[in-house]
Amino acid sequence: MTIIKNIRSLLLAGLFMLAMGCAVTPYNYSALNEAKPRSIVVIPPVNSSVEVDAPYIYLSTISKPLAEKGYYVFPVSVIDNFLKENGLPTPAEMNSISLDKIRENIGADAVLYVEIIDWGQKYNVLSSNAVVRAKLRLIDTRTGSLLWDAEAHAIQEGSGSGGGIVGLLIGAIINQIAGSIVDVTPDLSRTANEAVFSSQKRGLLKGPYAQPSKVLAETE
Amino acid sequence: MIHTNKLLLAAMMSALFLSGCAAKTTYYWGNYEQLIHDSYIEPGSADPVTQIDLLETDIQIAQSEGLPTPPGIYAHLGYMHSLQGNVAQAKNAFLQEKNLYPESASFIDGMLDRAYGNK
Repeated sequence: MTIIKNIRSLLLAGLFMLAMGCAVTPYNYSALNEAKPRSIVVIPPVNSSVEVDAPYIYLSTISKPLAEKGYYVFPVSVIDNFLKENGLPTPAEMNSISLDKIRENIGADAVLYVEIIDWGQKYNVLSSNAVVRAKLRLIDTRTGSLLWDAEAHAIQEGSGSGGGIVGLLIGAIINQIAGSIVDVTPDLSRTANEAVFSSQKRGLLKGPYAQPSKVLAETE
Repeated sequence: MIHTNKLLLAAMMSALFLSGCAAKTTYYWGNYEQLIHDSYIEPGSADPVTQIDLLETDIQIAQSEGLPTPPGIYAHLGYMHSLQGNVAQAKNAFLQEKNLYPESASFIDGMLDRAYGNK
């Protein structure tokens, strides 16, 4: 029955996290408010994790949350191919292009730089967790100023590990039941992005295509 | 018994999570992000013909549901057409991206220029 107890505490902790989402130091949005970018190009992420597929899995989960936030998001895969065709075969090289060149050839108001910090399944003695962690920096292509930055992270906990929940806890047990062959990182990455962009005090401000949110009162 | 509880709790968690955060989306997204994923991770399952097929279906569904097509879809479709050598369809899709989203103009014009010469 300790398992059920553990699950209960996980569930409570999860609820607590959801409720506490707002107890964070507010972000200073003055640079972002001043620049008001309309369009964002996402450069394929630099990889500081050991999972070789992480950058492109992450890249496949970034367009939707960013565009739903109201920004024009350049087609990530077309941009990746464009950069490759122009002599930049790897993300590491792509991340070193000058802002002037980005502005001139792509016409983006801002660049989202991503560094993958940690990615994938971690096997411990009692449990296996999946983790996604990435640093995001939004830079103005005109001035080079930092407009917004944040760390996106999500953890999916396997069973048997009581405490130590960092970041966001989502449906913990599903993976264990379904068998852990399926790669959960794309969904985890979506969860992380959703959370980081919509964070109440540190999230990304809405862009020009955002719809006025009439459901806001309801969800508060 | 324990498994049932686990499932129930997991489902509750997901429900709470979804109701807490997920608003309705502005755009109809369809297969776009999955195709991007597959084209890098399982390239065999997302060749240009497959991508064109699925993206064109998505665009039709979006239209029939009255939802806007998201940024990047037409440009991605145009790129797939250009890989297949479908010049007219490629140009058409690229121009559609530019019409919907003027922010893409310099990138699209540059691509058209490089690929087909101006106009």
